[in-house]
Amino acid sequence: MARARSSATRLLQDRAFLLTCLVATNVAIVVLFVLLASIFWQGWDTLSWKFITSFASRKPAEAGILAPLMGSIWVCSICGIAALPLGVGTAIYLEEFAKRSAFTRIIQTNIMNLAGVPSIVYGILGLTAFARMFGTFGTNVKDSISVGNEESLFFLRLPFGSSVLAGGLTLMLVILPVVIISTQEALRAVPSSLRAGAMALGATRWQTVWGITLPAAIPGIMTGAILSMSRAIGESAPLLVLGGLLLVFNTPTNLMSDFAILPLQIYNWAQRPQDEFHYIAASAIIIQLVVLLVFNGIAIFIRQKLQKPLQ
Amino acid sequence: MRPVTSVPSSAPAPLRDLSKLGRPKSVSARSTRESIIVGTLAVAATFSILVTTTIILVLATETIGFFEFPDVSIREFFTGLEWNPLLGSEKHFGILPLVCGTLLVTAIAASFALPVGLIAAIYLSEYASPRVRATLKPALEVLAGIPTVVYGFFALTIITPLLQKQVNPLLAGFGPTDSPVAFGNYNALSAGLATGIMILPIVCSLSEDALRAVPRSLRDGAFALGGTRFDVSVKVVVPAALSGIVAAFLLAISRAIGETMIVALAAGGVAQITANPAAEVQTMTAYMVQIFLGDAPATGVEYKSSYAVASTLFVITLVITMIGQWVLRRFREEYD
Repeated sequence: MARARSSATRLLQDRAFLLTCLVATNVAIVVLFVLLASIFWQGWDTLSWKFITSFASRKPAEAGILAPLMGSIWVCSICGIAALPLGVGTAIYLEEFAKRSAFTRIIQTNIMNLAGVPSIVYGILGLTAFARMFGTFGTNVKDSISVGNEESLFFLRLPFGSSVLAGGLTLMLVILPVVIISTQEALRAVPSSLRAGAMALGATRWQTVWGITLPAAIPGIMTGAILSMSRAIGESAPLLVLGGLLLVFNTPTNLMSDFAILPLQIYNWAQRPQDEFHYIAASAIIIQLVVLLVFNGIAIFIRQKLQKPLQ
Repeated sequence: MRPVTSVPSSAPAPLRDLSKLGRPKSVSARSTRESIIVGTLAVAATFSILVTTTIILVLATETIGFFEFPDVSIREFFTGLEWNPLLGSEKHFGILPLVCGTLLVTAIAASFALPVGLIAAIYLSEYASPRVRATLKPALEVLAGIPTVVYGFFALTIITPLLQKQVNPLLAGFGPTDSPVAFGNYNALSAGLATGIMILPIVCSLSEDALRAVPRSLRDGAFALGGTRFDVSVKVVVPAALSGIVAAFLLAISRAIGETMIVALAAGGVAQITANPAAEVQTMTAYMVQIFLGDAPATGVEYKSSYAVASTLFVITLVITMIGQWVLRRFREEYD
């Protein structure tokens, strides 16, 4: 047994720890503040409507982010369209239908492991599986199989190359585990009495899921979906593997278009030595943060307004 | 349920046109539909297995391809102390310098983020009033949502110049005269600190979840025995939540190891074995960025080497993730 301490020492210790706590927490807040302040201080002056609506340029004063902004929107939309049904479907299967077998345990462990895989590794997978399609159609661009007119919205080419479709699908791989795990948590939060009630009225399991469980879990699922989409918008390493730093001078017109994305444009400008490029990189970061803030705002709104307490 | 007796027996009600209700579905039709839906969902669930298998197959095939090159030996790859695939006449592929760079950056990040994150989590869960929590939690979520390239930019344009201006004068005269210790434009400390800021919200919010999951009764008991708030939170609540906290730490460390954009921007490109935080280091991820951004031919040994590096990275993070899950399962304290 340790020697008993006087209550004065213990109270002093308590005070000292509270002080440490306050310091640690304030470090986090100060860092956030310095980060945002430094970016606004560097990027505010070069931010203008012209900056948002012009294409890339070798001269920092004329450069803009139209192509990367549109590219980000395209890639993230494809990513969302692909990842949300797949992720929510997987979560529904695991939570509502699957029996507790060895197989479902393997899937569950596997999803947790996938969530820990570095995003750049998904980039390698995307490059091999989507952009090159394992070399099934040859390694030369000329060998690729095309369907439709290159100008039309429905132009399709195999393999996908570094196109918005390949980019969106690669990002889908990155956020899929996040979508699955957050949807599972939302489904688990639905009280089982609701399911039992539906079953007692004679509903089948799918009718229970579709009519009762899913509507009750929607706020949680939406929050998770939006947060994973905001991760997708900021993700750059996998797409860097896929296409490098493309200089693109047009906005995407179909699924096979080349694309730039906002975080990679920021990287491109930030790595240059000139300060002028750092300023426009900061301006691009401001745009990126505004997009993110809107996403997070929607998520918080949904969580607070739509989430009705279930008894 | 309506009592059967209330049905009027005198004038019979006009028959409703049942055909308007639609044909009732047969039980077999319903169960067919049901099994189609469940089947589709099961296929969706297996997709994740497919993803893992493909990752492993792709990495394994390409890594084997890399080891088939004449300049490469498995022995040198794991024990060699030099990594210079792009420079010089003689190429060396020993991964230790890249692993060392990754470890240095991760160690700096962890020694900043783990203590600060845990203490902030204890504050949020044990000390803070609901109002303070309601302000701090969203701030942490904002920090968690910031793209990593932004942290890289912050390291390069704010942290590094700050180190150069404030710390370099203090270091003057330190180290050997031919290579004085000083912070250059790229250094491990700057990248490590930025990575630490990046993983701070992960550490904090996951540890806080673990702390809050500890039942109230444990705290009440400790207070009843005359514990101060410090005694209760550090000697009772933290040990009870330890498995969750360790899992949070491991997750954050594996994030730091896999972090790419910060180190690509701020850590530099010299693969070397060093523990000097002022030195320029190359991490595994930064090397991959260098290869995929450069114009190395896709069939060359340099290009293939990035797959071997990716395999190493994949295995390291996978092992850490699995240890984290094992800790959660094995050491979880159940209170019911």
